[in-house]
Amino acid sequence: MAKKENKKSLLDTLGESQVWKSIIRSGIPRTRRQRMHAILGSVFLHLHPARLPKHAVKVGYTWCMGGLSFFLFVNLTITGILLMFYYRPTVEYAYTDIIDLAEQVPLGIMRELHRWAAHSMVLVVWLHMLRVFMTGSYKPPREFNWGVGVLLMTLTMFLSFTGYLLPWDQLAIWAVTVGSNMARAHPFIGHEGPGASLLAIGDINLVHIGSDVRFALIGGRFVGEATLLRFYVIHCIAVPFIMMIFMAVHFWRIRKDGGISGPL
Amino acid sequence: MLDAFKNSVDYLSNPTISFSLLTVLTPLLFPPTDWFDKINRKLRLHLLWTKTGCAISMAVITFFFAVGFLDENFSVILTKADNFPIILMFYSIFFCTWLAMHKAYINDERLEKGLKPSEYNDPDDKVLVWPDLVYIEFIALILFTVFLVVWSILVAAPLEEPANPASTPNPSKAPWYFLGLQEMLVYYDPWIAGILLPIFCVVGLMAIPYMDINKKGDGYYSFKERRVGIFIFMYGWIVLWLFLIVLGTFFRGPNWNFYGPFEYWDAHKVVALNNINLSEYFWVKLLGTGLPDNILLREFVGFIVVGIYLFITPVLLAKTVLKDMVKSYGLVRFGALMTFGLVMLSLPIKMYFRWIFDLKYFVAIPEYFFNI
Ligand code: HEM
Repeated sequence: MAKKENKKSLLDTLGESQVWKSIIRSGIPRTRRQRMHAILGSVFLHLHPARLPKHAVKVGYTWCMGGLSFFLFVNLTITGILLMFYYRPTVEYAYTDIIDLAEQVPLGIMRELHRWAAHSMVLVVWLHMLRVFMTGSYKPPREFNWGVGVLLMTLTMFLSFTGYLLPWDQLAIWAVTVGSNMARAHPFIGHEGPGASLLAIGDINLVHIGSDVRFALIGGRFVGEATLLRFYVIHCIAVPFIMMIFMAVHFWRIRKDGGISGPL
Repeated sequence: MLDAFKNSVDYLSNPTISFSLLTVLTPLLFPPTDWFDKINRKLRLHLLWTKTGCAISMAVITFFFAVGFLDENFSVILTKADNFPIILMFYSIFFCTWLAMHKAYINDERLEKGLKPSEYNDPDDKVLVWPDLVYIEFIALILFTVFLVVWSILVAAPLEEPANPASTPNPSKAPWYFLGLQEMLVYYDPWIAGILLPIFCVVGLMAIPYMDINKKGDGYYSFKERRVGIFIFMYGWIVLWLFLIVLGTFFRGPNWNFYGPFEYWDAHKVVALNNINLSEYFWVKLLGTGLPDNILLREFVGFIVVGIYLFITPVLLAKTVLKDMVKSYGLVRFGALMTFGLVMLSLPIKMYFRWIFDLKYFVAIPEYFFNI
């Protein structure tokens, strides 16, 4: 009996090994001190505080929605990178590459994972906003972070919208045509917007179909080759990059605003 | 029996009826004043936020979709792979709203008894993030991954014919989360529906924390302490955003005409469009003269109406019923609140003017793409 108690479990042996200790200095997190250290010593986990009030870790309070928004963002980044291996953003190849993704690529559900995660993310972010509203968590001192959140939500929807074009099928170009047509009605800077005709030098219109904000967005007079490339770059690089910056601010501010909200 | 159900759903889902029903229902479900609260209790609507209420509502939603899947017309819309998220939306948003209100009612009762909200714990009694939070996050992550993988295996991502700029599908719809905006296009021109209202929506949301000076209800679910705020939010969120999405997805067919969910999409359905501008009402119908050539003269009634709505209403309100509010909110905050509120309300107002008076535009200056 006594012998057995002395015997270390495999996990403990592992936890005391030089390799493990080089990665997680505190060993296997068992004691209170070690557990706090496990959070503080990890670049990823230390987004969290080491200790939290009880209500803050309950699913019933946050619904996990903020965390899931972030999870879906990471998920979309990974599946998106995998998709980029196969997808070429040209009118000639885009559609057939999408078909090949399903038919030729092993484990061909990457496109599904990406698409359904994207739809889910829109929903999950909305639900996160609902929870933040219903717990009144936007009230001081968290006003600014609510604003950052609203921008994140707008960006999430824009990200979904730009991605919608990439399969280059009927669904894609017409959804994007409907959407981008709104831009031509932008006051002053859209060629069919109020005030656009006032921006003229003599007889020369400054804002016309070849120079307005819609042209800047889709890179042409109608949704075509240039639009595909533009949306590809916006979708894969520009917006994710901006979102990462805003997310960094969002997470930082949660901590700086006193951690997760709660009753006083 | 089932046909009667389908017919009544088709009938009720007509925007004029369904939108009005929801508009009436929202203040009853989220009563902003004592008066509405009384009716809410009388009609026993607060029972919606009990567990039985949740179960019954979920059953009703499920029944609706079950009938839909078995219906030859509705199933065409429901089984579109890209529409599945909307079904998820029905469940998740109902459930989450229910959960929030359920917890809010519990807390309201506790607060009335002088207790702390149920979220309250002794501040010194904290839990460790490792493992108490990390494992919850881990489980949530695993479950959601499983859900996504199963969904991805079962439902193939849609791919239609290759893009063809020469053949416009009818109807051509934006992705579902933008269909609220597309639906607004029925009532407003693109520069308002596609640009102005979305901008007001984003900026208005961002402005909420600065306009809501009610300090109560921070950090716990509650309703009573913030009932006006919650009511306004719910009206915008459920009726003006989510419902318009549902309307755009389920009830709009070829030529963006209204079709009941169980109705066949007959592309030849003719809907008489005889919308008339306010200027025509005034000059042609009322005065019996023709429209004047001068644009400003032609549209002056519209300008006056819009001007009164946007600029005189806030002043009148500030001088009368909302006098105390101006004092406590300050002029800037009050102005912002009025601006966002009036712009938000302009949507249902325009809808009703369209439905009741066939009004096309208050101000119609197509020469400069300036139609309101
Ligand atoms: C990509 C989108 C977003 C991500 C990844 C994200 C992530 C998070 C996370 C992880 C939290 C921690 C608490 C929780 O899980 O609820 C949080 C809190 C918060 N979020 Fe977001 N969020 C996003 C969008 C939004 C939006 C749309 C809003 C509001 C309009 C918002 C406002 C807030 C606020 C005010 C808090 C603090 C809540 C509190 O202290 O109780 N966020 N967010």
